[in-house]
Amino acid sequence: MTRYIENASRRRFLKGSAGLTLALYFPWQMAAAAESSGSTEDGDSQAFEPNAFLRIDEDNKVTVIAKHLEMGQGTYTGLATIVAEELDADWSQVQVESAPADASRYNNLHWGPNQGTGGSSAIANSWQQLREAGATARAMLVAAAAQQWEVSAAEIVVESGVVKHEASGNEASLGELARAAAELPVPDEVTLKEPANFTLIGRHIQRQDSPDKTTGQAMFTQDIHLPDMLTAVVAHPPRFGARLSSFDDAEARQVKGVVEVVEIPSGVAVLAKDTWSARQGREALSIEWDESGAFTLGTEEIFERYRELAESAGTVAEQRGDADAVLAETEHTLEAAYDLPYLAHAAMEPLNCVIQLSEEGCEVWNGDQMQTYDQSVLAELFDLSPEQVRINTLYAGGSFGRRAAKGADYIVEAAHIVKAIDGRVPVKLVWLREDDMRAGNYRPLFHHRLWAGLDEQGQLVAWRHRLVGQSVAEGSPFEAMIQDGIDPTSVEGASNLPYAIANFQVELHTPSDIGVPVQWWRSVGSSHTAFSTECFIDELASEAEKDPVAWRLEMLADHPRHAGVLELAAERAGWGQPLADADDEGALRGRGVAVHESFNSWVAQVAEVTVQSNGNVRVDRVVCAVDCGIAVNPDVVKAQVEGSIGFALTAALYGEIRLTEGRVEQSNFHDYQPLRIGAMPAIEVHIVTSVEAPSGIGEPPVPPLAPAVTNAIFAATGKRIRRLPIADQLAS
Amino acid sequence: MVTLNVNGQTVQADVEPDTPLLWVLRDTLQLTGTKFGCGMSLCGACTVHLDGQAVRTCTLPVSAAVDGEIVTIESVGDSSVGEAVQQAWQRLDVVQCGYCQSGQIMSAVALLEENRTPSDEDIDNAMGGNVCRCATYVRIRAAIHAAAESLA
Repeated sequence: MTRYIENASRRRFLKGSAGLTLALYFPWQMAAAAESSGSTEDGDSQAFEPNAFLRIDEDNKVTVIAKHLEMGQGTYTGLATIVAEELDADWSQVQVESAPADASRYNNLHWGPNQGTGGSSAIANSWQQLREAGATARAMLVAAAAQQWEVSAAEIVVESGVVKHEASGNEASLGELARAAAELPVPDEVTLKEPANFTLIGRHIQRQDSPDKTTGQAMFTQDIHLPDMLTAVVAHPPRFGARLSSFDDAEARQVKGVVEVVEIPSGVAVLAKDTWSARQGREALSIEWDESGAFTLGTEEIFERYRELAESAGTVAEQRGDADAVLAETEHTLEAAYDLPYLAHAAMEPLNCVIQLSEEGCEVWNGDQMQTYDQSVLAELFDLSPEQVRINTLYAGGSFGRRAAKGADYIVEAAHIVKAIDGRVPVKLVWLREDDMRAGNYRPLFHHRLWAGLDEQGQLVAWRHRLVGQSVAEGSPFEAMIQDGIDPTSVEGASNLPYAIANFQVELHTPSDIGVPVQWWRSVGSSHTAFSTECFIDELASEAEKDPVAWRLEMLADHPRHAGVLELAAERAGWGQPLADADDEGALRGRGVAVHESFNSWVAQVAEVTVQSNGNVRVDRVVCAVDCGIAVNPDVVKAQVEGSIGFALTAALYGEIRLTEGRVEQSNFHDYQPLRIGAMPAIEVHIVTSVEAPSGIGEPPVPPLAPAVTNAIFAATGKRIRRLPIADQLAS
Repeated sequence: MVTLNVNGQTVQADVEPDTPLLWVLRDTLQLTGTKFGCGMSLCGACTVHLDGQAVRTCTLPVSAAVDGEIVTIESVGDSSVGEAVQQAWQRLDVVQCGYCQSGQIMSAVALLEENRTPSDEDIDNAMGGNVCRCATYVRIRAAIHAAAESLA
């Protein structure tokens, strides 16, 4: 048999097995069995399933059910490690399967009754839950062995997936005990391991998804092919708030492969037998848009408005002492403003979604990030109950927050297309890169203005921070977090600034008349607040003639975890020691630092940069210290730090979505530049040893990067960068 | 109807000759390991080998590939270099979201087929057309060096 045929048949098998998995996990079938005993029928064999997160088959496979989306952050590996640790499984027998959408079992414990992934919460919220899941299974397997061997359970040990009783010489694999364990009652209480006895947590173990993702076998939404499925490409309006006026699809329908053209609320969808034909069909459409209600401001006009707003006091988000009064009477004050642009998430997999309607309801294939919300939105649209919306959560080719879509925008669009063809066939909606780039739901543009006062000893005595920017929580499933006019995600990282400053005030303006849809973007509010606060602290250190690290440490006495990472990063970076000269003539080198806490993880970074004589900036090296509690998988933590630094550096150097008269200028990777391999700095990661419960790592290393880099640029050149991206601001 | 040689197999596809090879592989032949990222040869997610050269299939008309031997991620592991690269990628856990990695691996294999001892600069040049938004570049570089060592 040739290789090609093998591959084709393997693909068919994969599709078949995906269907089987689904059949096994319909929530209404599974819930009852999982609650009462540890057994479930799995085709011909009986599997041991003591809880919603774990299945052990008689063939000795341990399957961990992941309630969180794997979008690159390594969560499948992390979640499985926690279960395998308490189960004492061997890592080689562990595999991971995506959980169905069922908030009754798979809710994010940090999100109340909602299933979903975000806020760097996957490991943090699952930690206790999955330890208990693993320990419960272990206790039942041991009990089963004790019964079979007629020995005391206390004398039984489990090591690397083998259950042993030394005195009697009995031993069995987990799989061999699965059937017997399944008959036993689920214990009410279990004993968890002492961290000192961990054998997987904190060790280097391989990622679960590496083999499939290096051989082209990993299934993304883009890869789904269903019988009779049509692929849809949509013509979207040229501005936010514009609507369809009329269209002529005569030519589009002539394109070979095009089957249908339909009007939907967000534009005109061309459905074809394949993606290329759908795209060609869209090219052939002729459309009139009604732009009378469209948003028509450009980026510079938005900034102008925001600067005007920043002239007056905003809603107070945090206050202690009397910053206004002290600033008015302090002689030595400093003031600065910082501007940050709209940013697209631009994950490698452009947004897409597959939906099929059937008599039972609606089935979705998607790299789904907010299952419960998406279920409710689709249920309403199709007039179904949420349980009738089945979501197959696939690997996501990146997200950075985008697939946790406000308004479930791309999912709703796919649903409208299915609706428009009366659900006759399954539909795969494909956004081309340009659609993805221009669809909005951006990280909001922000203007920050800061004032500070220094006393005669150079101590920071007053701080006032005024932010202007759109709310991401507004109109989202998290809207209830907005209290007294403050979206906490707008000011996070600013209102909880850790430095000891007696007179402190943070104010917020939230303009509601800007028609650009905005959304969380990796590290949310901290993606802009870390920049303004850590740059301004650096400016003040320079003004007070203090060392940026020592001065921060003086003000962090009450924040040991901030201080801990700052000291560690500074020490490992050789802070205070001279940098080697640049190789190029006229180039200047400098070192900068920043520290920031987000999502309960503390990160400090020291960046070393070279600024060429033509103004080009190269980040040579970043030394990063991170305190995220217990590092479940240190190598995954390290990978997230490396990736976050590269992601944040893209934004710092080039990232900007610009609007002109309401139109998004950028469309693809030529004008929304991603970092490429040649610009990637050398990265050193130092993880603080901790016994605290694990916290997040997917986002926290993002915020400190931009201020560390621009502070390094100041150290090199004496020039302050107060607007991102850095772009060509240093070009002479 | 076009006839192609894909992964050592002769296959036929009922497509227009100007259809980009990417969509023939993905939608017609259902070889979905090769990815769509940009449609403009800007990101490299769609990289395959055509007669041993790394090419971007999202802008390559299928008609330009009819006389050549096409190798995709699904069979690149059949060659010693392909196998070494995939193993290095797995050993170093390069992947994050994984969506770009088929293209990264195809470009890395093409580089190592030409140059068994690539310098960092050689890697920058050969891999500069492959974008990874997860920014796994530190490990991509390390894995190429590791694969080169294992082939030495």
